[in-house]
Amino acid sequence: MSALLTFTDDGIYCPEGDFYIDPWRPVDRALITHGHADHARDGMRRYLATDLAAPVMRHRLGEISLETLRYGERREIGGVTVSFHPAGHVPGSAQIRVERGGEVWVASGDYKLEDDGLSTPFEPVPCHAFITESTFGLPVFKWRPQAEIAEAMNAWWRGNAAEGRASIIGVYALGKAQRLMRMLDPSIGPILTHGAIENTNAVLRAQGIALPPTLRVTPDLVARDHPGAMVLATPSALGTHWPRRFGPAQTALASGWMGLRGVRRRRAADRGFIISDHADWAALNTAIAATGAERVFVTHGYTSIFSRWLSEQGYDAAIVQTAYEGESLDDPDPATGEEAEKAQGTQSPAAAP
Amino acid sequence: MKRFAALFTRLDQTTRTNLKVAALADYFREAADADRVWTIALLSGRRPKRTVTTTLLRRWAAEQAGIPLWLFEESYPIVGDLAETIALILPPPEAVSDAPLTHWISQIGALASLPEEERRARVLDAWSRLEPTERFVFNKLITGGFRMGVSQKLMTRALSQATGIEESDLAHRLMGDWRPGETSFEALILAPDPSADLSKPYPFYLAYQLDGTPDALGAPGAWFAERKWDGIRGQLVLRGGACFVWSRGEELITDRFPEFAPLADALPAGTVIDGEILAWKEEAPMAFAALQKRLGRKTVPAKLLADAPAILYAYDLLEEGGTDIRALPFAERRARLERLVGNAVRDTDLPLRLSPEVPFADWDALATERARARALAAEGVMLKRRDSPYRDGRRKGDWWKWKVDPLSIDAVLIYAQQGHGRRANLFTDFTFGVWSGNQLVPFTKAYSGLTDAEFRKITAWVRKNTLERYGPVRHVTPHHVFEIGFEGIQKSPRHKSGVALRFPRMLRWRHDKPLQEANSLADLEAILAAYGGKTT
Repeated sequence: MSALLTFTDDGIYCPEGDFYIDPWRPVDRALITHGHADHARDGMRRYLATDLAAPVMRHRLGEISLETLRYGERREIGGVTVSFHPAGHVPGSAQIRVERGGEVWVASGDYKLEDDGLSTPFEPVPCHAFITESTFGLPVFKWRPQAEIAEAMNAWWRGNAAEGRASIIGVYALGKAQRLMRMLDPSIGPILTHGAIENTNAVLRAQGIALPPTLRVTPDLVARDHPGAMVLATPSALGTHWPRRFGPAQTALASGWMGLRGVRRRRAADRGFIISDHADWAALNTAIAATGAERVFVTHGYTSIFSRWLSEQGYDAAIVQTAYEGESLDDPDPATGEEAEKAQGTQSPAAAP
Repeated sequence: MKRFAALFTRLDQTTRTNLKVAALADYFREAADADRVWTIALLSGRRPKRTVTTTLLRRWAAEQAGIPLWLFEESYPIVGDLAETIALILPPPEAVSDAPLTHWISQIGALASLPEEERRARVLDAWSRLEPTERFVFNKLITGGFRMGVSQKLMTRALSQATGIEESDLAHRLMGDWRPGETSFEALILAPDPSADLSKPYPFYLAYQLDGTPDALGAPGAWFAERKWDGIRGQLVLRGGACFVWSRGEELITDRFPEFAPLADALPAGTVIDGEILAWKEEAPMAFAALQKRLGRKTVPAKLLADAPAILYAYDLLEEGGTDIRALPFAERRARLERLVGNAVRDTDLPLRLSPEVPFADWDALATERARARALAAEGVMLKRRDSPYRDGRRKGDWWKWKVDPLSIDAVLIYAQQGHGRRANLFTDFTFGVWSGNQLVPFTKAYSGLTDAEFRKITAWVRKNTLERYGPVRHVTPHHVFEIGFEGIQKSPRHKSGVALRFPRMLRWRHDKPLQEANSLADLEAILAAYGGKTT
């Protein structure tokens, strides 16, 4: 009998159920962990995702054949049972559990353990084999609690506002941007948003996710009408003329990569806030231990280092080549503001101009 | 160390010069006296010596973090900085410390004489009481690699803002052979007369590179030209019967050039000359490599002194009869220099010569002179406005260097290594080869010359085209051809290719050039034969 999940050139494949998980080439049936562009690609004949991820996927991929499941709801496909469980990464993100006759595999997509107040919090799913990312799979990555980052971010905003400067933060349009909005203290000033972010806001608000009031930046917006504003932009917009319209401003990037001084300095933003929707070193180890899995497959990130570490901890660990990107500081796709430009290799927070 | 770490964070969090200066000025107004002196010392390159090897620090940090050493070693090149890797990887501190910067620096200094176990205990104790940024600073200090991304010039400006003392005055006070543990803020900065230090040099005036031709500089008659010699810039200070030699890096190098000592008797006291130190034989400069042998050592054996005797090629006179004459026009200073050197150097045994003027009628004539530079072992020509004062630092307008176009060769990228610091996570350090039959013979490294975008592009390519890894070095598929520029070439038995280049860098990425059309070792040897110069 073949393995429950196999790794092919098209994506993670389940022979028994004849479906793929987060495939990167067009296939007949795709189960999708979450709406980020390196996991939910177009061209699949049928999609299956959580009901919470569906609106963003429809927004990004247009007219697609999409069925949905609620978290925990089971579905028989071929000879296997599948279900989706919260991954805590972005709204609607899921770990996909696949079971056949008592054997359980879990493909976790991207995940984090901290409750960000926006996404349904991560739940450990006991399994025999666990497929994990390792975007920040090095012991130098340690996140501080979200409340601490919120305090630093608001203090920075408040200081800039007091000096008559705008505050501009570069963030992912789906997930990170909305997480930050809910961390911001709206009493400091107005929150303005880049179009790519505001489009995603509209989708999330329509599905009932509460976000603070925001104002879309349009060509006719006059910056001086909004003194001391917080501006949320895509990371790529920071590198263009786009921020100039706000006059005197301080810039920041919000990413796990900001934990590395070299990356922070190369990006030449004034500030770097260390905040990620991916698990840090401790959380990766905690999550893997909580599954009780014996076998661990490491997909994207510091795969060779992290799998060696896991092997030394007694896991049966292996590296799997995929097309997933983790968290990248590369140029997002201008059409959606979400897709990171293809990272070369998987180990680098490559930088934009 | 909290205040100092906070300063570091403020400096690190902005890319704007005026904010950096403001942060430093605040610090100089508020910090404790000894800490201020140490901060000035650190920012003027007076770093404490390394007292613990990095091997030991890595081992202790890994042990303390509860991770295997290999995992530490894998993390280090990704972070790109050892001090930062240690700071990030350690568990959170167990306590806090209010001890000032000076305390930790003296702790670090005291480690040198202690046995390993005791050093370990003290370092671990420090780590357990310092916050991550303080730890980072501590680690930088202990490894002897402390830098803050602030030039001495900016620090001087901040100090000026904090004290109201003029920048040029401060720059002068900060030169010389002072030690942070042995002076006070009052004595170093505030006291009215720092004349006790006879050796004190003047800040060097540095020229900008002229882009294009000098046509835009106006009438040629307003300009003085001389060769740009390929040695090291030096300042000869003769006061109170003693001789002091300073390098441009403000390092006192008197001991390395004992042959200059007789100048203290031959020239009047109260003389300061700016010039080029050159290795010199048969009334002509030797190639830079000859001088280089002398720079590496604190004391000079007699044989080396005979093989590569040094002279000062005089450019300018800064002090005459004990008076600072930097404000006089260049033409006047030059006339006085000619008189002074001319009187002294009837005796050709003295290691002092006047850098000759290069007369020219018009800019075309100067261009012709510039083109001859390499044959004369010079790097190009210098242009100095005849009516200009001697300024300090690198300033545009009055002095220009007009270097000859570099030598160049098309070479193949064969090894790549990641950079450090700001260039961490990018492949920026490359080794290039030229053809010898079907083999590529490595002949130089180069680190600079590409744009950030090009470095990102080549980084992505290296990741996908690695043939083998040797530690941090990757052997890549021979494919890309780069034009390598360099200023000079020397025979070198230490290198596989038999040559060593001076100032190699990437001039262009030759996307247009097929691999097989890169240059050969024979081409390189032809350049060596033409421009190799004499080293013995």
